[in-house]
Amino acid sequence: MTIAQDLEAHFEDTVTRDRRIEPRDWMPERYRATMVRQIAQHAHSEIIGMQPEGNWITRAPSLRRKAILLAKVQDEAGHGMYLYSAAETLGADRADLTEMLVTSRQKYSSIFNYPTLNYADVGVIGWLVDGAAICNQVPLCRSSYGPYARAMIRICKEESFHQRQGYELLMTMMRGTQAQRDMVQDAVDRTWWPSLMMFGPPDDNSPNTEQSMRWGVKRHTNDELRQRFVDMTVPQADKLGVTLPDPHLRWNEARGRYDFGPVDWDEFKAVVSGNGPCNAQRVAKRKAAHDEGAWVREAALAHAAKYESQNHRDEQSERSRPTPDPPVNDAPVNKGSRP
Amino acid sequence: MTDRGWPLYEVFLRGKRGLNHVHVGSLHAADPEMALHHARDLYTRRNEGVSIWVVRASDITASSPDEKDPFFKPSGDKVYRHPTFYDIPDDVPHI
Repeated sequence: MTIAQDLEAHFEDTVTRDRRIEPRDWMPERYRATMVRQIAQHAHSEIIGMQPEGNWITRAPSLRRKAILLAKVQDEAGHGMYLYSAAETLGADRADLTEMLVTSRQKYSSIFNYPTLNYADVGVIGWLVDGAAICNQVPLCRSSYGPYARAMIRICKEESFHQRQGYELLMTMMRGTQAQRDMVQDAVDRTWWPSLMMFGPPDDNSPNTEQSMRWGVKRHTNDELRQRFVDMTVPQADKLGVTLPDPHLRWNEARGRYDFGPVDWDEFKAVVSGNGPCNAQRVAKRKAAHDEGAWVREAALAHAAKYESQNHRDEQSERSRPTPDPPVNDAPVNKGSRP
Repeated sequence: MTDRGWPLYEVFLRGKRGLNHVHVGSLHAADPEMALHHARDLYTRRNEGVSIWVVRASDITASSPDEKDPFFKPSGDKVYRHPTFYDIPDDVPHI
């Protein structure tokens, strides 16, 4: 066996036995590239995902709702950071990833290219969009790539708050006026299909699925997860008192699952390739935030450099001082104190 | 000066008193002080820690994580370091 074959065999063996790949392990270049792409797209989705809801922070209907929404949007930022951190363990550079996002060379989830038109959208995003995200993400806690799996465990714990606050917000609105119930139904009508698209193209049109499953970077197929999401969501919709906008949606006794109508994959393709209602706006806003923050990043660095050289000088003058007398008493010296 | 300036810090958290610090991830910051503040905001939003260490990633010296690494071989053949290596009759108490 050559060294290359040996490394490859070791990698395959680790993955087949469902053990984790860790950052400095040897891995095939395609695995590395796949992981970087998957993690970066996921990170970008979290970061862009701050915008649709961030849109409503200043107009939240109460201080309670505002505090909740702020915490949620802050979590999305945090999730983006955990994920960029995981991508960096594969040798990706965070500045490069941001550059790829703001120049549209890497994608993010198409769901965030839809507008949030009323406050019920905040609730529907929590319920449906975060609900779909949870379906997608729970299996990723077992991703073969260790740092990604660990980031996902952290994220999934926090997503549960996101979904529940959304559902509670909607329950509150449904107990309100007819106008408020109409707002909820309107938001559901607009968000239902895009939520189903979040699971990606149907299995017969998902060429990378087989390899991804074998490598343990994907645990279930897109259609399987989509079905799981529908099955979970229908009873929640009933309880809430909203109608999911699909005339084909009905319980299939034989399958023990819900049948649902066809997804408009042309719309999905159009939105993914940049022609959704908000694509340009989302990327432009992210770019502006990055560009406008440049002076802060530079100033912080300049401050750090100045402080460091100051410290350095102090240390040197410390050293050139004559040695102090040894302590006269026997008080124990606090040696090796640790942070 | 470019955007690439902020160095990478690795973050270690003590979840509660009595536990060791555990590595939780990394972040970028201009200096150690800022790294601590960012670590608090990023990794302890829900009381996940009572103490944080941050260390410049470039200051860490690490072994290769690969199990096959001969680095860990020396302990492999020293079974006598484990208590189960020693046969003690069943009727000897408390050992």
